[in-house]
Amino acid sequence: MTALGKLFRTTVFKLSLVYLVIFAIGAGLVLMRVGMHVKELFDDQIDQTVDAEIQGLAEQYRQGGIRRLVASVERRANQPGSSLYLVTTFAGERIAGNVAQLPLGVLERPGLIETRYARMDGVVAEHRALARIFLLQGGFRLLVGRDLEDRETLRGVMLRAMLTSLGWLVLIGTAGGIFVAMRVLRRVDAMSASAQTIMSGDLSRRLPQSGSGDELDRLASSLNAMLERIGELMKGMQEVSDNIAHDLKTPLTRLRNGVEEALRHERSPAEYRASLDKVVEEADGLIRVFNALLMIARLESGAGQETMQDFDLAEVARDVAELYDAVAEEKGVTLTLDADGPLMMRGGRELIGQALANLVDNAIKYGAPEDGADREKIVKIMAQRRGARMELTVADHGPGVPAQDRARVLERFVRLEGSRSAPGSGLGLSLAMAVARLHQGALRLEDNEPGLRITLDLPAGRRP
Amino acid sequence: MQAMKILIIEDDREAAAYLVKAFREAGHLADHAADGLEGYGLASEGLYDVLIVDRMLPRLDGLSLIGGLREQKIETPVLILSALGQVDDRVKGLRAGGDDYLAKPYAFSELLARVEVLARRRGGASAEPTVYRVGDLELDRLGHCVTRAGKEIVMQPREFRLLEYLMKHAGQVVTRTMLLENVWDYHFDPQTNVIDVHVSRLRAKIDKGHAAPLLHTVRGAGYMIRDGAR
Repeated sequence: MTALGKLFRTTVFKLSLVYLVIFAIGAGLVLMRVGMHVKELFDDQIDQTVDAEIQGLAEQYRQGGIRRLVASVERRANQPGSSLYLVTTFAGERIAGNVAQLPLGVLERPGLIETRYARMDGVVAEHRALARIFLLQGGFRLLVGRDLEDRETLRGVMLRAMLTSLGWLVLIGTAGGIFVAMRVLRRVDAMSASAQTIMSGDLSRRLPQSGSGDELDRLASSLNAMLERIGELMKGMQEVSDNIAHDLKTPLTRLRNGVEEALRHERSPAEYRASLDKVVEEADGLIRVFNALLMIARLESGAGQETMQDFDLAEVARDVAELYDAVAEEKGVTLTLDADGPLMMRGGRELIGQALANLVDNAIKYGAPEDGADREKIVKIMAQRRGARMELTVADHGPGVPAQDRARVLERFVRLEGSRSAPGSGLGLSLAMAVARLHQGALRLEDNEPGLRITLDLPAGRRP
Repeated sequence: MQAMKILIIEDDREAAAYLVKAFREAGHLADHAADGLEGYGLASEGLYDVLIVDRMLPRLDGLSLIGGLREQKIETPVLILSALGQVDDRVKGLRAGGDDYLAKPYAFSELLARVEVLARRRGGASAEPTVYRVGDLELDRLGHCVTRAGKEIVMQPREFRLLEYLMKHAGQVVTRTMLLENVWDYHFDPQTNVIDVHVSRLRAKIDKGHAAPLLHTVRGAGYMIRDGAR
């Protein structure tokens, strides 16, 4: 595409052309209206003066007869100017005046008419005139008029002025269109050049902004925000795959090392058995991680609709509390339950149960107060209705999760420093999050002052 | 446990050969069908105690096979094996007429325990006894009371259900996931040793102070309640 072709193809240029045409038509209409108005004013004025003269001449005819009228008309007709006079007999023969010729039948029609005529002063040129014909007593006809040359000249001048200014308008408008289009084109070109760079791999580049805050700037800033988000997602993906690599490779390496170690020397059957047991254990751990990953992926793609049913959330909370009660007690943690049922809702009972189990499991594992902290080891499970929503909350008095890490811990495999050494896959919260999303709900992490307070916020999804 | 006749309908020959061998080593009779139609033909004779059916089979898929059998009034217990995820799949499988469901990959001990429980269900179609007895341990299902050597043991409702399930399957291995499924009615993989803690509490209640323990841990598999004297 040539540079000019590119320019003419821009929206800005096309828009300015359209605007120009509309403006030119508008201006033309206004000038036409002014022209007509001028003509009307002109004609009105002629009409009035002609009328006055006719009144005067008719008065002279009444007082002094045809002789006085003729004398008066001759005197006026000989004066220079655009005034026209003619007195004829009833048959149309000229008696006095400065009009030589009129089209046939003009004199028969009394009233104001616009007509062609020929002047008496030798030059047989066709002129246009506005005239009034008056029927005098005795059959004489009196014509008084004005030549229209002035009016026509004015109209010509106006027409020329109009055309000239329209010409200028088109010229300036086109130039302006090109100028603006070029400016926009330059910025769009800069933006698409940046986009090309970004596409070819430099994800840290951003689209240029002029800082004027105009629509192109707003577009660029939206696109930049989008790029920012994409970058974050890419980084997240990168982290996930790094974590997958780490969290799957570590047990795989241990598994492989165990087998190699067992194969290296002759051993007693009991030692082989112990090694193989460890291998099975590692393999089970890997299977567990795979299953959890698969389940999260399936939930995120919307699976689980088959398991939706009406159930009592308070009962699920009781079940999970009861399930974990013994484990908690063994670790010296007090597990309390606050769930007044029934809290009927629609959803995946088992999925929500599993999500809650993960949250409670986490709270018991990681929610213990730091050594030396004078706080009770307590984990609270609460289930309650809040309008059309249900809330399942698990709160502990442990070290909590710093505000800046709260979004991150929901990601797959993310485990905070200090918990990496504890057993676990780092998928528990991701699974709870996936369950929340499947139900169009949310998972909220808040400060329990002190400790962590996680709420699974679910729509009840059930007609009351 | 008497020998069971098991039919394995699975298109992966290596996996099937492994299962046949493992079941034979466990003292059972196992046959193999490599596709859905062959499996359907063998199963419709109704001679097996348990069918193990893979969900995805050539020629006739697992769920249709089960549906066909059920239509013919062949009520042989079916355990469905599936490589798919567990979210909707279990529900679909059970709805199609399956009796139990296991996702691949699985531990053979888990499969064996489940198959044995399914086979027992078929054998013991007669009315369940109202009192379970293992050694000197008695559980009265109607009276909701447990005694050992004539002395009453106080039980929480869940502990009672746990013991009831274990005693119902006395002499059989019961896995942790089976306990979670049947006693708590949840089908997920318990991450921590929640079930173990419940079982060890139960053990403390019924075995403490008695010379012969009844509740045994089966390494790598689960738990079993049995009279050690026999």
